[in-house]
Amino acid sequence: MTPRSATAKYSARPFFAGVKSALTSVFFLVLAGTYIGIGALAHDFGFPSWWLAVSTVLVWAAPAQVILISALGGGNALIEAAVAVSLSAIRLFPMVVALLPLLRGPSVRTRDLLLPTHFTSVSMWVESLRLLPAMPRERRVAFCNGIAVGYMGTATVFGFIGFYLAAGLPPLLAGTLLFLTPMSFLTSTVRNSRQLVDRLAFGLGLVIGPVLIVNHVGLDLMWTGIAGGTIAYGINRLRGATT
Amino acid sequence: MNAVLSGLWPYLLLVLVGFLPNEIWRVLGLVLARGLNEDSELVVWSRAVATAIIAGVIAKLIVFSSGALENIPLAVRIVAAACGFVAFLAIRRSVFAGVLAGEIVLLAGGYLFGP
Repeated sequence: MTPRSATAKYSARPFFAGVKSALTSVFFLVLAGTYIGIGALAHDFGFPSWWLAVSTVLVWAAPAQVILISALGGGNALIEAAVAVSLSAIRLFPMVVALLPLLRGPSVRTRDLLLPTHFTSVSMWVESLRLLPAMPRERRVAFCNGIAVGYMGTATVFGFIGFYLAAGLPPLLAGTLLFLTPMSFLTSTVRNSRQLVDRLAFGLGLVIGPVLIVNHVGLDLMWTGIAGGTIAYGINRLRGATT
Repeated sequence: MNAVLSGLWPYLLLVLVGFLPNEIWRVLGLVLARGLNEDSELVVWSRAVATAIIAGVIAKLIVFSSGALENIPLAVRIVAAACGFVAFLAIRRSVFAGVLAGEIVLLAGGYLFGP
């Protein structure tokens, strides 16, 4: 038996095990709610429903998608939208760096890592880091892809659901759908902020963002990030230096 | 809405403004996977910047709402977000509990004080 047929033999089962694990995890509900909200948001800003589906598959990062939709739909400068999306995506870099060592193995080629790299998102990353270590190396890539496909499918389907619900519901209920995005981001971001520096940055961003908008400062998202993030980082460094 | 949102232009924007600026970090992670760890200063700073941006977006969506959410008074939106956040902290840091509590307050407030 050649290594190739061994790979083929083992790739379907772990893949579907990954899909199943995705559909039965806590992130299923979180993703469903988040993407119902994003679907409503896309409808609100006048984007087509298929555009949202393509953005879910290509971008595959809820914060970046929300920034993209609200910045493009709100008429912000394109370059500002791109910078804000890119700044929000920096967190993907350390996540990929931390995930890939778990997937590498003697039978894993670099091109086998392309899909898991694109699939890396908070939900998939948390579940992969939790489940992969207990699994034989030759099954990990397929399992990881299965988790991500399960989550991506969930997000795409619920994006459509949110989009068409927002189109058909009375205003008050449509308003509650739009509220799903800020509410789920508010809680899930704080839950992921385990260190003081992240909590400081979060609190500062909540305050600085609206202050800049009220004062008509251009590129408000970019400056919110750079100012809030750098001040939080500085405070954290000073605290570390005194203790 | 506006002319930008018609035809294939939105898909080109999606690739240029959404996909590429986002994907670059994943690809960099694949290419430069060795050498940086989660605690390096650059990673800590960039995570703080990203967190502040997300917070700014959340505040923007709540304070400067658009569409159907705009019809619900600002005070109701802020109180609902605050109640949801307190519920999240109180009930084992559950995202589900926080979102549910926030939505219930928003719905009740919107019904009582809305147009």
